[in-house]
Amino acid sequence: MEPHILSLILFTPLAGALVVALLRRDASRLIKTVGLLFSLAALGLSVWLFLQFDGTRGDMQCVEIIPWIPALNISYHIGIDGISLLLIVLTTFLTPIALLASWESVSVRLRGYVALMLLLEAGTLGVFMALDLFLFYVFWEFMLIPMYFIIGIWGGQERIYAAIKFFLYTMAGSLLMLVAIIWLGSYAASLPGGTFTTDLLRLYAIAPGIPMGIQIWMFLAFTLSFAIKVPIFPLHTWLPDAHVQAPTAGSVILAGVLLKMGTYGLIRFCLPLFPFATFRFLPYLAGLGIVGIIYGALVSMVQPDIKKLVAYSSVSHLGFVVLGIFALTEEGMQGSVIQMINHGLSTGGLFLLVGMIYDRRHTRLIKDFGGLAKPMPVYAAFFMIVVLSSIGLPGLNGFVGEFLILLGSFRSPFLDSPWYAIAASSGVILAAIYLLWSYQRIFFGKNEHPDNQTLADLNLREIAVLVPVVFFIVWIGVYPGTFLGKSAASTKQLIHRIEETRRGSYAGAGLAPGHEVRPGERR
Amino acid sequence: MAQDTLLTVALAVLLLPLAAFTVMIFAGKRLPRQGDWLSTSAIAAALILAGTVLYGKLTLYHADTLALNFTWIDFHDVPGLGPLRIVLGIALDNLTAIMLVVVTLISTLVHLFSIGYMGGDIRYSRYFAYLGLFSFSMLVIVLANNLFLLYVGWELVGICSYLLIGHWYEKKSASNAAIKAFVVNRVGDFGFFVGIAILFMTFHTFSLSEIFDGIRGGHLPFGSDWWLTVSGVLLFCGAVGKSAQFPLHVWLPDAMEGPTPVSALIHAATMVAAGVYLVARLFPIMTADALLVIAYIGAITAFIAATIAIAQNDIKKVLAYSTISQLGYMIMALGAGAYTAGFFHLVTHAMFKAGLFLGSGSVIHAMHNALHHADDHETDPQDIRNMGGLRAKMPVTFWTFVVFTLAISGVPLTSGFLSKDEILAGTLAFGSLTGHVIIPLTGFLVAGLTAFYMFRLVILTFLGEHKDANRITHVHESGLVMTLPLLVLAALSVFIFYSVDPSGFTPGWIARAVERPESTVPLRLAAPSAGVFEEVLGHVHLTAMLLSLSVAGLGMLAAFATYYWKKISADAVARALAPVHAFLLNKWYFDELYQAVVVNGVLGLAALLRWVDTWIVDGAVNGAGRVTRGVAFVSGKFDTYVVDGLVNFSAYLSGFFGLVLRKFQTGRVQTYVLFAVLGVMVFYFIFRLV
Repeated sequence: MEPHILSLILFTPLAGALVVALLRRDASRLIKTVGLLFSLAALGLSVWLFLQFDGTRGDMQCVEIIPWIPALNISYHIGIDGISLLLIVLTTFLTPIALLASWESVSVRLRGYVALMLLLEAGTLGVFMALDLFLFYVFWEFMLIPMYFIIGIWGGQERIYAAIKFFLYTMAGSLLMLVAIIWLGSYAASLPGGTFTTDLLRLYAIAPGIPMGIQIWMFLAFTLSFAIKVPIFPLHTWLPDAHVQAPTAGSVILAGVLLKMGTYGLIRFCLPLFPFATFRFLPYLAGLGIVGIIYGALVSMVQPDIKKLVAYSSVSHLGFVVLGIFALTEEGMQGSVIQMINHGLSTGGLFLLVGMIYDRRHTRLIKDFGGLAKPMPVYAAFFMIVVLSSIGLPGLNGFVGEFLILLGSFRSPFLDSPWYAIAASSGVILAAIYLLWSYQRIFFGKNEHPDNQTLADLNLREIAVLVPVVFFIVWIGVYPGTFLGKSAASTKQLIHRIEETRRGSYAGAGLAPGHEVRPGERR
Repeated sequence: MAQDTLLTVALAVLLLPLAAFTVMIFAGKRLPRQGDWLSTSAIAAALILAGTVLYGKLTLYHADTLALNFTWIDFHDVPGLGPLRIVLGIALDNLTAIMLVVVTLISTLVHLFSIGYMGGDIRYSRYFAYLGLFSFSMLVIVLANNLFLLYVGWELVGICSYLLIGHWYEKKSASNAAIKAFVVNRVGDFGFFVGIAILFMTFHTFSLSEIFDGIRGGHLPFGSDWWLTVSGVLLFCGAVGKSAQFPLHVWLPDAMEGPTPVSALIHAATMVAAGVYLVARLFPIMTADALLVIAYIGAITAFIAATIAIAQNDIKKVLAYSTISQLGYMIMALGAGAYTAGFFHLVTHAMFKAGLFLGSGSVIHAMHNALHHADDHETDPQDIRNMGGLRAKMPVTFWTFVVFTLAISGVPLTSGFLSKDEILAGTLAFGSLTGHVIIPLTGFLVAGLTAFYMFRLVILTFLGEHKDANRITHVHESGLVMTLPLLVLAALSVFIFYSVDPSGFTPGWIARAVERPESTVPLRLAAPSAGVFEEVLGHVHLTAMLLSLSVAGLGMLAAFATYYWKKISADAVARALAPVHAFLLNKWYFDELYQAVVVNGVLGLAALLRWVDTWIVDGAVNGAGRVTRGVAFVSGKFDTYVVDGLVNFSAYLSGFFGLVLRKFQTGRVQTYVLFAVLGVMVFYFIFRLV
């Protein structure tokens, strides 16, 4: 495979942002086209990457390493496994869709908007590729900036409040992560013959041996940062504000990709670096995941604003992902990985759809609608498919993820109780209620509001935006093997590594060999 | 025919309706006649193929189960678990082969009927597309050889039901009913799913035959007898939802908001029977305790629904409660161990209940047109109190309706007589084996009630005088496309298609093809074996038949006495038993109870949590923000007035001193000399003093 393919993918949107910034300010058509072309180029490259990727290997592929800050052994170290691969493809897939979705709705300061969207894409891609904690942290913080401006400049009424809340909340969490990263590096240096390092692959070997007393704090620092991003209950309240205020494309990327950085972080860092702390805390985190599932669904049910409803449904859906991760079984983890993709498609799709009606009616309140199925049958059909995907209808993608997660958590030896899965399953009932109920209020019944009677159905551009989303919703639902096959070996390796750790290979954590850490056990 | 050929043909039966759906949903509107011919011929072709499959299966491989598998998701070797994969597969045994024909047959007839009934509908092609999707999903349930695929089909029929109940979504009641159906079913599916997960966790497979083998090998969920029973009951929850059993039966009457042919296909003949089919499929893993639960749920459902049906005035509501009651009958039969009888009744009921619904559709269609003609938009075309005397105007509908009614009442020479009789005999045998006499008692009581309310329906609809002489002149018999399905179903409600012996003493071909499977549960947990059961059954069969004939006769007699000869005044009875009447009319207040407890409970909790989220969870965040801003404000002031104040103060101080001392810097020598002299004097005095 092309040795620098990852860098190529990473720098394509960056280059695009640069080119766009150099264009004339008023050449709006050109700006949009150039932006779209660059994002499509990144998509093309990542599809090629997907096809070339060897799904039978669980280790890092396409690795590139260039020394960056030699004094601290920090390097530009990137590489991917099957899990990051899928998220990279999701990112490059959603970015052109988001750009196309805002083709007409964004007109002020267009140049900045397109450039920021491309910067956002680059930052996100970097997060999914980085194999050096310091590099990861740089991308993690970097991506905040474009998102902050996208919400703050092109957002709704309360955009400043939402943007600042988003920025500060995420920032507060990630500072603790920075402390933990430095602490980790220093710990590596403190070992006999060790040097300061933030290299993830080297820390994978070192970190599990960190004494439990310290490991817990490091784990908590990382987890807090990721939990805010996911978001895990009760750290979720920035999300509805950010979603409601962000422009459509911002919401799509926010829900579709940015939230996944949190769950990805849990998988990539918390679990393998701090396995013992994970065992210690996983019942609580899985429990919070379940609270999120039920709480998010219930709160979503009574939202008057569609966008807020979808935002809370995200809390519910990501609760499933969190549960699947902390089940620490292959089915659960694979389910979580595919559920991340699913959520990107279905919630991203819902935000696209909500944006389309907002462009027409400039309201997001459910009570302003009703009977839309009549003037907008194509729109109603797309909405129905995405809603059904979100409900977890077999044959569509959502079902695959939820089913695997529930199975995985059901038989998880770590959770060691079927009650987690049973409680989570009730979320499936609630999802049907809030989604079908809101669908009914928007599309069914008599169309009485005069503004709703003359609504135009979707135009070709809007259909072109939705068709790829629905295409993959069906593909994953019917044959998820295409995608699960890519991440299978990686999740297997991850679970194996944790499993081996549990068997007591690391005496450093103060465990006698062969001693099994039971979930929830205090030490 | 080779086995592979048979399976390929079965797959073709499965995929034909899916193909029709795919074409119809994308291109239906642009096809001539909106593609109704395409859907109908696809399902008719499927019917012919299904007939071939059934014939081939019964003649060539009577005792075999043919299977076809392919891997959907492969986890390869999972540590501590061994190889793990999710396999999709179909299996063909006699049960499946018969169901294939039943589903495709009813579906074909309903397609035909719909061409007439739905003509001119605004979403005509969409309607046929959904019928195709439904047929496909139902066939998935029928063909699945594993719980995973079964669950997939299970959810898919649920969504088809949702879409078709809500077909006329402009009506609020229709979309409400659609949501209610889906959500109530999901409640049942929740239990179903947990049951599947427990079995998966225990056996690491979804395959039914492998699960059976595991249990036969003494491997139980959590190693406990109790959990085996619980798993059985949880799986049965799925059937409780789908087959509208107590306490989840409330969605089915509302589902009558859908077009009547849909009610015939989905909510009478096939989908609601899927629960019965599920119990039949899972029969081998049911312990005696689980079967007892099933039998009681069935009996309670049969009784409640039959009592409600007596007091309803909407023609479709009567039939809906009748369906619930009959489904309860089948479930009860399976629970009692009368496996063959339960399944047999599923088949016969599918025919005559589909016929009843299509017949009611024909009546509603005629009434609707007549009311439309009379420009009457007030009168309810489905209320039997507005009908009467339709017999002469709609002879085909009337006579077929009578045949169906005789069949459901269990009158000899009908199919219903054969199957109902076997159920009653089975419950009687069960009662005498286990001492649970309530089961057979309920069975006979419900048989009497069924005859009563069905004849009440026939009399009020077709006999007597019409309420409005002007209107009745506009009532016309439906066209051939609607009457033909009625005639076919009426023919299929006659005994001869099921057994040459109308007395029911020699088993018909269905009974020979579908024998009760061996239980796989440990002997200490199993219900009385098929052998023991059959023996007792032989003793009580004649008693059961005589009893069932008497109660059916009594029911009919009471119906004629009340509604035809008017010897008994229904109004007087209703007045005398006013509280009971109100209780039945209001369907035992289930909807009110659920509204008050479940719906309001969930919505109240949701509203409470929304408040908590806004004011407490987010309140804490905003509070933290405000505290930070407050601290910042204070430190800002501190910075301005104290920190910076000190800086400014020291600057001020130096400035002040500078200002003062500047006065001394005059630049004149005399002044400096004067200061020097003064200084010397001051020092002198100081030293003197010291």
